[in-house]
Amino acid sequence: MTAPSALPTSVDGMLDLLTKRGYFAERALATVAYLSLRMGRPLFLEGEAGVGKTEIAKVLSAALGRKLIRLQCYEGLDVSSAVYEWNSASQMIAIRLAEAAGESDRDQLASDIFADRYLIKRPLLQALEPDVNGPPVLLIDELDRADEAFEAYLLEILSDFQVTIPELGTVKAPAPPIVVITSNRTREIHDALKRRCLYHWVDYPAADRELAIVKSRVPGISAKLSQQVVSFVQKLRDQDFYKSPGVAETIDWATALTELDARSLTPQVVGDTLGALLKYQDDIQRMQGDALAKTIKEVTSE
Amino acid sequence: MPIDHLNPPTGQMADNVIGFARALRKAGLPVGPGGAIDALDALQLVDIGKRADVFTTMEAIFVKRHEHALIFRQAFDLFFRAEEDWKQMLDSVPLPDDARRKPPPASRRVQEAMTQPSRGEEREAPQEQEVRLSVSDREILQKKDFAQMSAAEIAEVTRAIADMRLPQAELRTRRTRPDRRGARLDLRRTLRASLRTGGDIVDIRRLGLIDKPAPIVALLDISGSMSEYTRLFLHFLHAITDARKRVSVFLFGTRLTNVTRALRARDPDEALASCSASVQDWAGGTRISASLHNFNKLWGRRVLGQGAIVLLISDGLEREADSQLAFEMDRLHRSCRRLIWLNPLLRFDGFEPKAQGIKMMLPHVDEFRPVHNLTSIDGLIKALSAPISGHHRLLIRPAV
Repeated sequence: MTAPSALPTSVDGMLDLLTKRGYFAERALATVAYLSLRMGRPLFLEGEAGVGKTEIAKVLSAALGRKLIRLQCYEGLDVSSAVYEWNSASQMIAIRLAEAAGESDRDQLASDIFADRYLIKRPLLQALEPDVNGPPVLLIDELDRADEAFEAYLLEILSDFQVTIPELGTVKAPAPPIVVITSNRTREIHDALKRRCLYHWVDYPAADRELAIVKSRVPGISAKLSQQVVSFVQKLRDQDFYKSPGVAETIDWATALTELDARSLTPQVVGDTLGALLKYQDDIQRMQGDALAKTIKEVTSE
Repeated sequence: MPIDHLNPPTGQMADNVIGFARALRKAGLPVGPGGAIDALDALQLVDIGKRADVFTTMEAIFVKRHEHALIFRQAFDLFFRAEEDWKQMLDSVPLPDDARRKPPPASRRVQEAMTQPSRGEEREAPQEQEVRLSVSDREILQKKDFAQMSAAEIAEVTRAIADMRLPQAELRTRRTRPDRRGARLDLRRTLRASLRTGGDIVDIRRLGLIDKPAPIVALLDISGSMSEYTRLFLHFLHAITDARKRVSVFLFGTRLTNVTRALRARDPDEALASCSASVQDWAGGTRISASLHNFNKLWGRRVLGQGAIVLLISDGLEREADSQLAFEMDRLHRSCRRLIWLNPLLRFDGFEPKAQGIKMMLPHVDEFRPVHNLTSIDGLIKALSAPISGHHRLLIRPAV
């Protein structure tokens, strides 16, 4: 982890900061990220899977020298796995030890075993703790996977940045963490939560930006192949597939092609590696034979 | 630099932002009073000489759903009109009152929002209709076809539908709650209880899994051939939207419209009015295949998660029935827990699935039921409340 660095002071500063770390953001995304840092508001990013929503949190934490705390959401996520849990086994031992030592003061016992050292801190509580490098970056990933009850709970934490533990009292963050929330829209997030955040829809990047991303992420790739890869993927996105390939898929595919020592796209090599781009059998089937040959021809003749 | 909220900054800039927020609200964006203040806060941080940055800043504050982005862009262009010499214009753009009087050409929705009086002013007094029916009338009504009812009878049926209570077909979730007979040990509460006895565990506390009603997704055909039924089905869907939380409703004719939000209004008439306001192809043609395609592509992953039950309400009379229709039905079937097709045509004795579209769709449904009178809707409710099983089977139920 690098030394903590100051927050950017302008949109251009933010853009620089991200670009230096190999994240080629659209200016609009940099603007929103910059505002979220300066206003202390959570950043809410929505968009298709694989457009770089999670990545920006990682880049922010690395660039600012802050700790990254990640909460991966899933159905059934509850307080004990998101916020805190008591280490019951250790508590039980402590009770037995107290008994063996002949201590009988119940209140004393209670305050002993509900102490900080028996508390297992989960991501949300960790994010509220003071850190020498400044408040951490809290990534709440794929919030759409958690259920509504958890979302309502989050609402409380995100507005006051504090958690109440009945046995211990209230834990409040000295300075609010930098919060990035992502959603793939498998379900709609409630407006009440979005209202507390700065919202941004992350779209697929334009061809030149995607080319820059591929070049930076797949260092060994030739100029010709990277151009063809990006152009091919952009053509796929124009078509009516069930799931269009994201940037992550483009990088995967470019890596796969370089591993296979491909110099240019041919129907053979594309056919073999199409699974890196398209994830539904129906989509892959539609992209066989003539359709594939035609697209490759368009791309290679450009 | 934070601004003093009690004494907001004066001058054109603040007025413009506040006016703009008001205009957005009229255009249908959920912009609260805090929005304008946030926007002013945020605008202090960016270079307002850059139109693109100001645009993004306001968009991040005012737009909270991707669907609203287009409306926002149109409203922004309309409100802050001039592309060139933007800085100068920011100090002299017209206030919303001016904008209201003379709207420049733009999308209909934004324009209407800026020109029309708000909904409350134009609403007429509701017509009261007193309907009293005897018990035997009610019995007849139970079996009477919706398509043959008089206005008064329809009003009565509407009331009966509103009174129906959906028993909750429940799905087990992975969240827990305290439960005496639960399977899991609740160590935390057990320990806390044990402190009362000085550390001896006398009372073991347990956790059980929470059951939640399964989500319901309704796809309602509003084409011309279904017109006698759509209104009543909407009443039915409104009643179940009211009773349970996770219900999504889509209408389709030649295109697909999500009316879930419109149906959330408490008053059924208001809900139905705002429903029909958001649909452009009422009682037109049918394109089941294209509508299902749109649903699968745009909404399937979003509303069918967590074991949803799909109600497809349609007569299945599709002209362009081809393999694409079968393909989309198959995809829909594979993405949900149970696909129930409700077809009013099934009321006829000796109904045979002869139409091409119906033949294409039938292999992909778990249940095929009639819906044309109150009895069949009752049957549907019972089916929805039956325990949810994993296996799929096709049942053709005779008309009741």
